[in-house]
Amino acid sequence: MVESKHKWKAWLYLAPAIILLIVFTVWPIINTVRMAFLEGYNQTAVVGGATYSFGIGNFTKVLEYKGFLTCLGNTMLLCVLTVPLSTILALLIAVCLNAIKPLQRLLQTIFFLPYVTNSIAIGMVFAAMFNMVGTAFGGENELIITSGIINNIIEFFGGVPINWINSGSSYAANMVVMVVYIVWNALPFKILILLGGLQSINKQYYDAAKVDGTPGWRVFSRITVPLLSPMLAYVVITGFIGGFKEYSSIVGIFGEDMGPAGEPGKLNTMVGFIYDSLVTQQGRASAAALILFGIIFVVTMLNMYVSKKKTHY
Amino acid sequence: MSELQNKTMQEKDLKKVSAHQKVGKIVVKVLLYTFLIVMALIVIFPFYFMLISSVKTLPEYQRSVPTLWPEFIRLRNYIDAFNTGNLGQLFVNTMIVGIVSTILSLVITVLSAFAFARLEFKGKNALFAALLGTMMIPGELFTITNYATVNSLGWMNTYTVLIVPFLVSVFYIYLLRQNFMQIPNELYLAAKVDGTSDIKYLWKVMIPLALPTLISITILKMMGAWNSYVWPRLVANEEEYQLITNGLRNAFTDAEGNANIPVQMAAVAIVSFPLFLVFIFLRKYIMKGVSRSGIKG
Repeated sequence: MVESKHKWKAWLYLAPAIILLIVFTVWPIINTVRMAFLEGYNQTAVVGGATYSFGIGNFTKVLEYKGFLTCLGNTMLLCVLTVPLSTILALLIAVCLNAIKPLQRLLQTIFFLPYVTNSIAIGMVFAAMFNMVGTAFGGENELIITSGIINNIIEFFGGVPINWINSGSSYAANMVVMVVYIVWNALPFKILILLGGLQSINKQYYDAAKVDGTPGWRVFSRITVPLLSPMLAYVVITGFIGGFKEYSSIVGIFGEDMGPAGEPGKLNTMVGFIYDSLVTQQGRASAAALILFGIIFVVTMLNMYVSKKKTHY
Repeated sequence: MSELQNKTMQEKDLKKVSAHQKVGKIVVKVLLYTFLIVMALIVIFPFYFMLISSVKTLPEYQRSVPTLWPEFIRLRNYIDAFNTGNLGQLFVNTMIVGIVSTILSLVITVLSAFAFARLEFKGKNALFAALLGTMMIPGELFTITNYATVNSLGWMNTYTVLIVPFLVSVFYIYLLRQNFMQIPNELYLAAKVDGTSDIKYLWKVMIPLALPTLISITILKMMGAWNSYVWPRLVANEEEYQLITNGLRNAFTDAEGNANIPVQMAAVAIVSFPLFLVFIFLRKYIMKGVSRSGIKG
């Protein structure tokens, strides 16, 4: 390394980054902790001269608040459903892609396509696909103009149309739509990482297995999965982190009400809760943000602990 | 003779086995391709649905038995979408924010990465570790305070508020620093001996060598502006400064969800189209950047 005579130069180069980071990253961290521990903190009231006492009231209030528990439940459920599902599907697709030669690049490109999309815009496409147009669905004067392309497909195979996202739809149906959309959205990144991992596995392992006449599924479970485990751990960890921050995909499907017509907030998430209380209830929002950070931290540590035990480097 | 017979029989057996294996292999290949093609069709279906719906007339779209290909191609939907959503203005706003924030962000990132990769100063490693530490914290935690900060700075509904808070990305600094570290230090020493200034050295040597990383950062940053939704909705909701994603969600939905879906799909297609263009031409850089980041934008 060069022992620069002008040490101030380094600081000069770093100055813009450091100044911006202090204002928009370091101060928010300190301030969020401060606001979270001031009971019922409200920024606008502070300007008016209000003072707040120190305490853990925000946390207990947040946890007692029914809206928050709904958000927490929705977020957890989405994580638990989408992360394993998308990981397994991505693994299957990546392994299959790795086993073929013709069309490999074309298919790889197609599978990456959902990544370069706008999650709000394509959410609107999914909403249209599941949308029923009509009035008084489920009532006496049921009048459906069109039941949506997904229901058309279901009917084509002899099924009964389902009210997926419209007014009066069930929680399970809503969840199915969200899971389908989130998995569709999550696949490209996972396939990219896993396929990259597969292509870097030394071919010698497979040759050795071939000489020994090892059956295919055993090759998969004893060679492919262990050697791929660092990448698997990586996609699971990033998947959980992304899952706990789920927000805009729900806006894409259900709009800013975060639920079917007439039931706003039914599918709200942790991040949605923070945004709802951010303008007027900074204390509550801060407490929720710290809880979210805590959950992500614990889940990530847990994942790392498990993968350290199971991962082969 | 019997030995000969034995040998031919063994050969026959071997042939049988290899024929068996061949059939098995073909079956496996067929299964592989079937699975992949079915999955690919599922993945692509929403795009197909978006495109065909975007050129249908409303009555055709609302038929109970849908048409797989529009009977009449109505391109007017695109004009309607452009006008109702005021997409022109939103497009200009998004481009201004995207371009300005990308350029400023690149300058800041290059300078910081250079300092971390090439210069020696007290506390360098501690500072770098602290920066990486902030990457663990979810961005929502910052938003609460940043909202109050920009409010008290009087930045609400300006371009500034959409650009400045997100100029520094620790991840991009990290990415570029790694790239800069791979460039041999001897080059820098030689340049110092020649009396070349840091900035000239950066511009003539480091930046050309790290160009692929810089292109990846540019693309991800532009895509970030194009796709950003949450922060702009909070701080710049006036139409004058609204970004394209916000306009899209608000302009084409009514409370019942019974909007004119073909026009809505046309708007979605307009917004998606630039992303596809970028993807087609710059796929290599996107995939490279993405595989190292795991973040969208």
